[in-house]
Amino acid sequence: MATAFPFSAIVGQDEMKLALLIAAVDPKVGGVLAFGDRGSGKSTAVRALAALLPKMKVVAGCRYNCDPDRPVEFCDDCRGRAAKGALKSAQVPVPVVDLPLGATEDRVVGALDLERALARGEKAFEPGLLARAHRGFLYIDEANLLEDHLVDLLLDVAASGENVVEREGLSIRHPARFVLVGTGNPEEGELRPQLLDRFGLSVEVRTPNDLPSRIEVVRRRDGFESDAAAFTATWAREETKLRKKITSARERLPSVNVPDSALERATRLCMALGTDGLRGELTLMRGARALAALEGKSSVSDEHLRGVAPSALRHRLRRNPLDDAGSSVRVDRAIAEIFG
Amino acid sequence: MTAALAWSDAVTAAQLFALDPIGSGGVLVRSRAGPARERWMAMLRAALPPSGPLKHVPLHISDGRLLGGLDLHATLLAGRPVAERGLLAEADGGVLILAMAERLSSATTVHITAALDARETIVERDGISLRVPARFGVIALDEGLEDEFAPGSLGDRLGFHIDLNEVSIREADEFATDQPAISEARERLSALRTDAEQVEAMCTAAAALGIVSLRAPILALRVACASAALSRHDAVEHDDIALAARLVLAPRALVFSQQQEPAPLEPPQEMPPSEGDDNADKDNPDIERPLDEVILAAVQAALPPDVLAALRASSARSRGRSQGKAGALQKSNKRGRPAGVSRGELRAGGKLNVIETLRAAAPWQPLRRREAAASGEPSRPRILIRKDDFRLSRFKQRTETTTVFVVDASGSAALHRLAEAKGAVELLLADCYIRRDQVALIAFRGNAAELLLPPTRSLARAKRCLAGLPGGGGTPLAAGLDAAFALSDSIRRKGQTPTIVVLTDGRANIARDGAQGRPRAEEDAINAARQLRMADITTVLVDTSPRPGPSGGALAREMGARYLPLPHADATTLSKAVLASMG
Repeated sequence: MATAFPFSAIVGQDEMKLALLIAAVDPKVGGVLAFGDRGSGKSTAVRALAALLPKMKVVAGCRYNCDPDRPVEFCDDCRGRAAKGALKSAQVPVPVVDLPLGATEDRVVGALDLERALARGEKAFEPGLLARAHRGFLYIDEANLLEDHLVDLLLDVAASGENVVEREGLSIRHPARFVLVGTGNPEEGELRPQLLDRFGLSVEVRTPNDLPSRIEVVRRRDGFESDAAAFTATWAREETKLRKKITSARERLPSVNVPDSALERATRLCMALGTDGLRGELTLMRGARALAALEGKSSVSDEHLRGVAPSALRHRLRRNPLDDAGSSVRVDRAIAEIFG
Repeated sequence: MTAALAWSDAVTAAQLFALDPIGSGGVLVRSRAGPARERWMAMLRAALPPSGPLKHVPLHISDGRLLGGLDLHATLLAGRPVAERGLLAEADGGVLILAMAERLSSATTVHITAALDARETIVERDGISLRVPARFGVIALDEGLEDEFAPGSLGDRLGFHIDLNEVSIREADEFATDQPAISEARERLSALRTDAEQVEAMCTAAAALGIVSLRAPILALRVACASAALSRHDAVEHDDIALAARLVLAPRALVFSQQQEPAPLEPPQEMPPSEGDDNADKDNPDIERPLDEVILAAVQAALPPDVLAALRASSARSRGRSQGKAGALQKSNKRGRPAGVSRGELRAGGKLNVIETLRAAAPWQPLRRREAAASGEPSRPRILIRKDDFRLSRFKQRTETTTVFVVDASGSAALHRLAEAKGAVELLLADCYIRRDQVALIAFRGNAAELLLPPTRSLARAKRCLAGLPGGGGTPLAAGLDAAFALSDSIRRKGQTPTIVVLTDGRANIARDGAQGRPRAEEDAINAARQLRMADITTVLVDTSPRPGPSGGALAREMGARYLPLPHADATTLSKAVLASMG
């Protein structure tokens, strides 16, 4: 796609935008799932994020986007080269890699490079999408329709942060840590619970139903379609501002303080909701901290917990599949009880 | 709307689509195959630019052909991987035609809608990684009967929805298409814009018509531009907006109030009359009205109230019912779960995995070439493939199970046990959810059986259906079993495994033909039960009568079913017992 719709020009959808920004500030929150109505701008937001993100530093020429400042996490190539001499680094855009439905396994994990093998008889590894997405985002549109064997693969890699390839006589392992971003429409099927669990934040997206925002959405879309370059230019300033916000939030993140009282509240909230495991608390804490960093605060407060709790917890409730009352309602109720 | 009007709208839609196939998204043509549709298609072809490609997508197209992948012939010839463009990429700059869109598999739908959104396709297959432009308009031919519809996600992206089912060939007058005029109009299109007032009015009208998706007003605005270009207007005028609303918004309308009172999604909001013409006279419906009212009037002209009622009913039914479901079900069977690749011989039924075979052969090429050269074989192929290179795809067939619940909602059952049966079915549903089975629900009462819920995975819907199930009336057991048999048959034809759970007290008193009388009814029920046994369908019969008698057991024997007399069980025990016997 030539030009992406500017992130800051997306009308409404605050929860989704916030979740994506939080993931951009702290990739450790573990992915964003956006489920909702057709035509509500889910894919637009993800693609817009790609254009928004600040560039990142990589080892020049590395096929796995290794970070020159973290030699511990180097791939085998970089390790070999680092032993011989200093590595050059380069600035590249953060990868936002599409995992299209219908992708085959060899392209996802990587496989023997067929061209070199056939033409020259060489055994070389051709990295797949997981390698390309390392330190960036892996985006699955219509995640609920992804074929099961690819889901299994993703689950394995997302859990270990490493892609292990054993095929065609190749034996390769390389780092593959990425933020999983999935979108989908619940009418077309549910997401496998195991995959659901992998997403740190889950947001529900609805088409705005108040007239002024609907008009604004259409107007901006219309403006973008008629002249993408001019439209993007008018939003360039907003985009730069937002980009700066992400950069400074990333710098601030390690120093943001999480007081004991906030930890206690987070735990109480998770207990009240009966979420499984500790992942809910962890995501809640990380998300709140990233939110505090985004807002330029030095310490996590109740407001931040409140802001993140619905997206961090709604997909972790032990679900009664027959309960019509949405999980969001239950989370809201629990928040109201605990935060008063 | 009369047939003549429907036809003239269809003709206009064809011209506007031909003018801007990519911008308007496409046309969803709801019509059975017939001469009227043929004539419409011929007219459309005549209107389209002759240079653009026109590609037909067969119903069961493989992902490889649709998206592109490895070109086997060229690869073998060249001795290096050569990519093949898929149908989506080949349609770039032209039109994609989908026959039998109502049967489109969900995988195919997703690929097409993704290309419509991004205007390109992303190929990550068979060692090939490509991004190719794919800008095209779609003609979706929806031949569905009453409750089969083209996938909603596709229809949402196509600007025009036309219905030719009521149009006979006699009413379908031929229109001469002026191809040069359309080409000329296409040139003018890029200069045309809609203004802020028009955007606002279109959004207001869409909201008033209960259209949730924002793609509808966006598409309508583009169609308005196309209409202005075709009518040689210098700017987009009220007429163009009204026409676009009629063609794009009207077929999607869900609500329409009799008066001009808007019935939007939100609390009614008075549109501020634009630019001070606030004394718009309601009695004078011509020029002075606010634009959104002009639009609503245009839409209303296209839709008399009875059509609207039917529309509403059909869309309420269509919500997730059989939209493209036929395909979704097949998907997992056709492919099963790929369970890797194995070395093997090519026998009938084996599926050669070309790419893996090539990969297996690749390392040996220099060696084999030398060998072949040494033995002086003439005219050797570029790639030497031996028998042990063959790699076959293996699939793990994980057939899906669909559990059909047949619930006795008759008076005799309802009084005692209907609530408990409902509770048990709910618990079983939850279990089916965990195993990702599909469930279907048939209820019988009065003098007929009714399919309340066609096979689905949506538990929320299943639960709603169950909760709304009324009780009372006779016990047409035979009809219930017949319905279950018919449904199981269709489930099997889709390659899935049906399991039937019957909850009844076994006291049949309505025969197959609806006549009352216990002996005939029981005989019919026994016959229906035998049918199930003959078809060898896994069946569980839960006898819910307060004093289980021998009749239930006999019925179960005839059915080949496991018999579970559960006179006093509560929902939990019931569901546990059924689960155990279903294995």
